[in-house]
Amino acid sequence: MESSSWRPTAELATLRLRAGLLARVRAFFTARGVLEVETPALSAAAITDPHLASFAVRYTGPGPRHGQPLYLHTSPEFPMKRLLAAGSGCIYQIARVFRDGEAGRRHNPEFTLLEWYRVGFDHHQLMDEVAELVTELLAERLALAEPERFSYRELFQHHLNLDPHRASTAELAACAEKHSVPIPPEMPADDADPWLDLLLTHWIEPRLESGRLTFVYDYPATQAALARLRPGDPPVGERFELYVGGVELANGFHELGDATEQRHRFELENAARQARGLPLMPVDEDLLAALAAGLPACAGVALGFDRLVMLAAGKASLAEVMAFPVGRA
Amino acid sequence: MATYSTNEFKSGLKIMLDGDPYAIVENEFVKPGKGQAFNRVKVRNLKTGRTIERTFKSGDTAEGADVVDVELQYLYNDGEHWHFMDQQSYEQLTADAAAVGDAAKWLKEEAICQVTLWNGVPLSVAPPNFVIMTIIETDPGLRGDTSGGGGKPATLETGAVVRVPLFVQSGEVIKVDTRTGEYVSRVKE
Repeated sequence: MESSSWRPTAELATLRLRAGLLARVRAFFTARGVLEVETPALSAAAITDPHLASFAVRYTGPGPRHGQPLYLHTSPEFPMKRLLAAGSGCIYQIARVFRDGEAGRRHNPEFTLLEWYRVGFDHHQLMDEVAELVTELLAERLALAEPERFSYRELFQHHLNLDPHRASTAELAACAEKHSVPIPPEMPADDADPWLDLLLTHWIEPRLESGRLTFVYDYPATQAALARLRPGDPPVGERFELYVGGVELANGFHELGDATEQRHRFELENAARQARGLPLMPVDEDLLAALAAGLPACAGVALGFDRLVMLAAGKASLAEVMAFPVGRA
Repeated sequence: MATYSTNEFKSGLKIMLDGDPYAIVENEFVKPGKGQAFNRVKVRNLKTGRTIERTFKSGDTAEGADVVDVELQYLYNDGEHWHFMDQQSYEQLTADAAAVGDAAKWLKEEAICQVTLWNGVPLSVAPPNFVIMTIIETDPGLRGDTSGGGGKPATLETGAVVRVPLFVQSGEVIKVDTRTGEYVSRVKE
């Protein structure tokens, strides 16, 4: 190890900016009457999404959960929904979350999520609020143009002249080839989502306008396991994403409140895990019970705080805005 | 040969793609928050030197390429092949024109070269960074010019042609930087 490896990777000026942004986030929500909450980072249940890997630890005791595996949360979504069902009203949390298998310029296996829920909002109203917060926090650094909104379908039609809800995997493969997007080995022939993710990350994201908030909404139902489905042709998941200059910054839902439907989706995800040889995850029965008791109509969003700091500081990597990324942790 | 998961990808790692050995130049992890993770890599073909882009689904694997860099002493050229020797084992290896490439013009007997071996066979040859060579032919220069401002071509003993200052003459020994192909200085014998 080189002798400087004990030092932070972020400049101290950036860490001061980071602290200032945290204070402004809290002021933003205090002014709007949104309550700050804290929920456990360790949970007996875990997310079933096959694309998210939870770290597992074992609690030796004493007391409840002794000798059981506990999972570090990948987001505080499930316990926050339990609070909403218990009548908390609008809430937010600044949580350190953990995701195994994610490291790179814009990923670190632990990072800070700003997650909030607004009772009575749908995903479009929440997009308005996300735009207000992000614009306020980035204003000093970036002159931002008016936010733009595209449906997922419009986005693909605009950039690739392709209907993402209808295209077959063969058509998606042909589209990738036409645009010289390198096709990974062993892409599935029966699942469009990895192909859509390939085109989105390799072609569309790098072409999103910098200096502007781009919201994408109404995702394929298969990519919105925690969102409400809106009937239509085809039905779409009421999910949205925010990009700023090609950086994925936030993911939100008009939240699904139907416990039976949610259980069904968790089971589908565990089946997908089994098919891929991934470990099955214990379904969060407390969340399902809370949904059954009644989740108020609400929309929620999780925003990558480190990436927001990265944009506010004009940096290109998370290591420049975190004191100690995983390589120095 | 070992296989490597995308989690082990880093620049410099040698992997096999479509039957050719490649070195990873850049590795970027990309992942939508709720979706498939990918490793986007730039890889350099170690046979052709061409760099291309490839993408893997994160968690997939690539076969490792048995590629190592060794220091070998150049012995001689038999008209078709270049012969090298491992100075520890005295094992001799031959390299073809494709492997030697542009290095050929800098190879002087006994030079220590960095040779990249793929499955034990020379894949590419890098000459020493600096070589000392005798000029066998150059136009007589102008007296009094010591700056080397203009320069003139000079042919070296291996056939390589470099620009030298006007005051440097045939039969003199010079030092050349093989990475740039530029004259460095005269060398007193």
